[in-house]
Amino acid sequence: MGWFDLLFGPDGWTPLLLKGALITVALAVNTVPFGFGGGLVLALLKLSRNRPLRIACDAYTTFFRGIPDLLALFIVYFGLQSLLNKLGQITGEAWRIELNAFVAGVIALSVVVAAYSSEVWLASLKSVPPGQSEAAKSLGLDARRVFLLVVLPQLGRVALPGLGNIWTILVKDTSLISTLAVMDLLRAASEASRATTRPLLFYSAAAAIYLLFSILSGGAQSYLERRANQGYA
Amino acid sequence: MWHDLAGFVFNLDLLNNYGMRLLQGLRITAEVVAISSVLGFLLSYPLACARMSDNPLFSAPALAYVTFFRGTPLLCQLYLVYYGAGEVRPFLTSIGVWWFFRDAFYCCIFAFTLNTAAYQGEIIRGAIAAVPKEQVAAAQALGLSRYRIARHVVLPQAMLVALRPLGNELISIIKASALAAIVTLLDLMGQTRFVFARTFDFSIYLYAALIYLAITEAISRLWNWMERGLSRHLVVTAPPVAAVITPVMRNTVENRGYVGQARA
Repeated sequence: MGWFDLLFGPDGWTPLLLKGALITVALAVNTVPFGFGGGLVLALLKLSRNRPLRIACDAYTTFFRGIPDLLALFIVYFGLQSLLNKLGQITGEAWRIELNAFVAGVIALSVVVAAYSSEVWLASLKSVPPGQSEAAKSLGLDARRVFLLVVLPQLGRVALPGLGNIWTILVKDTSLISTLAVMDLLRAASEASRATTRPLLFYSAAAAIYLLFSILSGGAQSYLERRANQGYA
Repeated sequence: MWHDLAGFVFNLDLLNNYGMRLLQGLRITAEVVAISSVLGFLLSYPLACARMSDNPLFSAPALAYVTFFRGTPLLCQLYLVYYGAGEVRPFLTSIGVWWFFRDAFYCCIFAFTLNTAAYQGEIIRGAIAAVPKEQVAAAQALGLSRYRIARHVVLPQAMLVALRPLGNELISIIKASALAAIVTLLDLMGQTRFVFARTFDFSIYLYAALIYLAITEAISRLWNWMERGLSRHLVVTAPPVAAVITPVMRNTVENRGYVGQARA
């Protein structure tokens, strides 16, 4: 069969690839709130006055940035699995939970992305002049409001390039989840190439879709940065 | 009780039985990383020159190369090489390179080299762009040849700027090399997976993590030390190198760990 029929013919593989691409996007999008949010929390904890807490957060970041992403995913995945098994043993068979691979993938990616993004958040937290929160405090705002109303709105602009960079890493990192039996884009391509013995075609198609995602995110990123920097020299 | 707890996290018998395997795996990891990062470095300068060329015949393919290798997951590239080679086996045999692509070890080196060349090329390009234009103009006014300008004026300054991101790229290629395990290579990650499949003992992953962590930390410290030594002359007259890098390579700004990590 020609490549066109294999991809777009009546029994073509495009639907499977597109479904996989959707899973890839879903993995990345679902990781953002936990990963970036977790990173912000980590960064705030790193600035806290509690020394053991600071050390623990630094250790977390060093650990997950210093080991291969693939290994981090396995550690989180198998670690969670054995933790759940332990809990199941304690509470009895009736309570057993099978870890959904998609959820496990999102958790594992979030753990890694939180470690990466905490450094970005930290740098942008430090970029907000201390005078800002001092002024807010002297106006009588409590700590929560100082952060939410004064500091947080100023973080985005500075954090944007770094976070955008992590987002592109994240989109590509989702391909690692294919090793955990999630039918993402790369795994869909693997299925198709195994069934048709045409790996060049299907991995190229997958690469093209990933490339499209990268280019789109790059464009979105520079648009957002331009917008955020309006009014700044 | 403490002994039990420690044994749960770090099973020493496991290390006793399979420690040698991890070391063998570490050797493969070191070989793959050393060969592909050096080859990638050799490719990076021509690539950067092509990217900066005024001739679209050079700059367009270089841009396409960089965009492809930085815009797609490394795992996908590895599959393309490893499984793709099998598909065109008759052709590869006829030109006498099948022995190369038959072997997962060489496939990994091939894919990692092409990939890291793209990243390193962009680092070199950014670093060269960071050298002020006046430097080149002054050298030209002094009548230096193109080679001498590159060798004695531009590159010494550019390499200093490139040092930090190149170190990050090395760390990132070490981390990325774990993907070799997925195409059956028994590198550190591959041996770890092998041991886990045999023992179902989770702590083997933690041992592997500690080894990777030790290596990446060591390199990161070595790089700090090198950078301090090499940029000593800049401290008085110019901001430290890390600050020089910032405006040039937007992607690397926020912190040092990044440049190379844009890969999966």
